[in-house]
Amino acid sequence: MTEKRVRFKSAWLPWVLVAPQMAIVLVFFFWPAGQALVQSLLQQDAFGMSSEFVGLENFRRLFNDPSYLESFKTTALFSALVAVLGLSIALLLAVMANRVIRGSGLYRMLLIWPYAVAPVVAGVLWLMMFASPYGVVAYFLRYIGIPWDHLLNANHAMALIVMAAVWKQISYNFLFFLAGLQSIPQSLIEAATIDGATPWRRFWGIVFPLLSPTTFFLLVINVIYAFFDTFAIVDATTHGGPGKETAILVYKVYYDGFKALDINGSAAQSVILMGIVIALTVVQFRFVEKKVQY
Amino acid sequence: MKLKFAAVAMAAAFTLPAVAQTEIQWWHSMGGALGEWVNDLAKDFNASQKDYRIVPTFKGSYDESMTAAIAAFRSGNAPHILQVFEVGTATMMAAKGAVVPVGKVMQDAGVKFDSDAYVPAVAGYYTAPNGQMLSFPFNSSTPVFHYNKDAFKAAGLDPEKPPTTWPEVALAAAKLKASGHKCPFTTAWVSWTQLESFSAWHNVLYATKNNGFGGLDARLAFNSPLHVRHIDNLANMAKNGLFVYKGRGNAADATFVSGECAMFTGTSAVYGNVKRNGKFGYGIGTLPYYPDVPGAPQNTVIGGASLWVMSGKKPDEYKGVGQFFAYLSQPEVAAKSHQRTGYLPVTKASFEITDKSGFYKQNPGTDVSVTQMIRKTTDKSRGVRLGNFVQIRAIVDEEMEQVWRGAKQPKEALDAAVQRGNEQLERFQKANKG
Repeated sequence: MTEKRVRFKSAWLPWVLVAPQMAIVLVFFFWPAGQALVQSLLQQDAFGMSSEFVGLENFRRLFNDPSYLESFKTTALFSALVAVLGLSIALLLAVMANRVIRGSGLYRMLLIWPYAVAPVVAGVLWLMMFASPYGVVAYFLRYIGIPWDHLLNANHAMALIVMAAVWKQISYNFLFFLAGLQSIPQSLIEAATIDGATPWRRFWGIVFPLLSPTTFFLLVINVIYAFFDTFAIVDATTHGGPGKETAILVYKVYYDGFKALDINGSAAQSVILMGIVIALTVVQFRFVEKKVQY
Repeated sequence: MKLKFAAVAMAAAFTLPAVAQTEIQWWHSMGGALGEWVNDLAKDFNASQKDYRIVPTFKGSYDESMTAAIAAFRSGNAPHILQVFEVGTATMMAAKGAVVPVGKVMQDAGVKFDSDAYVPAVAGYYTAPNGQMLSFPFNSSTPVFHYNKDAFKAAGLDPEKPPTTWPEVALAAAKLKASGHKCPFTTAWVSWTQLESFSAWHNVLYATKNNGFGGLDARLAFNSPLHVRHIDNLANMAKNGLFVYKGRGNAADATFVSGECAMFTGTSAVYGNVKRNGKFGYGIGTLPYYPDVPGAPQNTVIGGASLWVMSGKKPDEYKGVGQFFAYLSQPEVAAKSHQRTGYLPVTKASFEITDKSGFYKQNPGTDVSVTQMIRKTTDKSRGVRLGNFVQIRAIVDEEMEQVWRGAKQPKEALDAAVQRGNEQLERFQKANKG
């Protein structure tokens, strides 16, 4: 495949053109990330009156805390569930919405809606449905014999935050899948239909492979979402409980930094979290991307 | 035309402050009925004089407004007055350059200030070892025992005789359960009601060094046999459906107000909410205790919040703050606040006014919080003042949830909470040794 290249005559014009973007990246990414790195090596009181360099002490403390190590497992489970469920449900919905002809605009709008909801509102919304005694869903579950109790049952608590997080992210995934589906040439599918391929085979043989770039992109985005954007949902529903069963890493970053005023410990955790996401993204691009056909 | 309008608006904006009053920002965490109370206080003070204007702003929950204020302080925009919950007291006290002691503010403002006028158990909590009052006691509460008289009647219990000991609570809970009640007993703020206040009430230490009053090298001590016994008792009640856990923080408050739970240990300030929204006969009793423990019941510890004055403001503004605190301390104003909210009276005079007016007789149970607090305090029962207390309470919540769900034995969980909490104390000591 030949690469398309734009050639600039002057040497400085391309730099000027990327400058605004670079400025934004510097101010909104590199500067805060650098701050986090610096903070993670300090020990400060809440008001920042006294500050002392402690080296890797904050990190050492974290890795000596068994509950912090436990939180890695919780986060892995949570992110895997959010990414897998979020992607598959959105794909299913997108395939169905793609087939609808009458009123498709309405369906799409309804499916895109949740994206406009703030995470903390999503959390409260789901909490309302499952809280005893007034939660409608909790009432129904008890009616059919499931004693719902996310306050003390770890599986229920995990299910609750996964549902809220997935529900919120489905819209985003849905939009991309739908756009991906609509860019698949109809002629390919028609040809397969004439050859006698079943809808099932048409989907897995033609549609899904052609969707793989979209799916890959969404996988990366969803993992980042699960790692960074979900603390508000946990804060509004379970507070990381029961015990520490739903205390995902980013919730602890938020809690320690914003509620417990341990800014340096929180900074150290966010550095670790950043490292994990960088590693995950590299892995995804090195290995998963090989299966992607552009 | 537009330009002219803008010019006029600009001129107005620049000339107004010269004639206007001195504005004093007050960040607080009082929502709902309590938020209206705070707004009324500011309105009444503003109407009472011309020089100053108090501007109250709701900044979210206690921890949220404290974080917001600290962030504002770091960027030089702190409010004048900040409401801080008792859990944040040690953090504020350690931040010497960030706050101005209230005693000094009052003195500089030329306001007559007699620290003996304040209820000792409350004022003592906010006073430095040298006798200077550091923050203004505003809305102090204490945990009391709330119960639903209608539910008691339905269960065949005497609605005028709330249980006073833990064995009696268990018996009453069993009867309530037998009568079909799904949530006989619950509690808010597990650490505050079941460990901190429990310790003071039974005259045992929650933490060494007089619960942290004696210095930053205090360490937790709430894994004594008595504490284990109590948590074991609650765990058994939980197993039998007599105690139903309703979540962290004040999540359980609503379950009592709605009538879902019949008995409840929580802040005395739930009073205002039940009065307004509760649809049942409402009774207040003293916190239960174990009758075989010598010295019990002693007194309970305070919760709620106090007002801190932030540093770096103009002298005139501090004068206004002093005036405002003097206004809040006026016996009639303080008495009205106490009667309206269920928070403790701030001054002795406001308690006496309330007593004389017959309020306690007309509203039985409203004096419980006061009588629980003004009993003689000992060194073990003055209160709990620890660094990183927010995290310690979260650790207690986590470990206790393991007990309620049967994943850990009470002793094991309390030992773990003490050990994990001590790490927090060590860190606070290290960060604030200067």
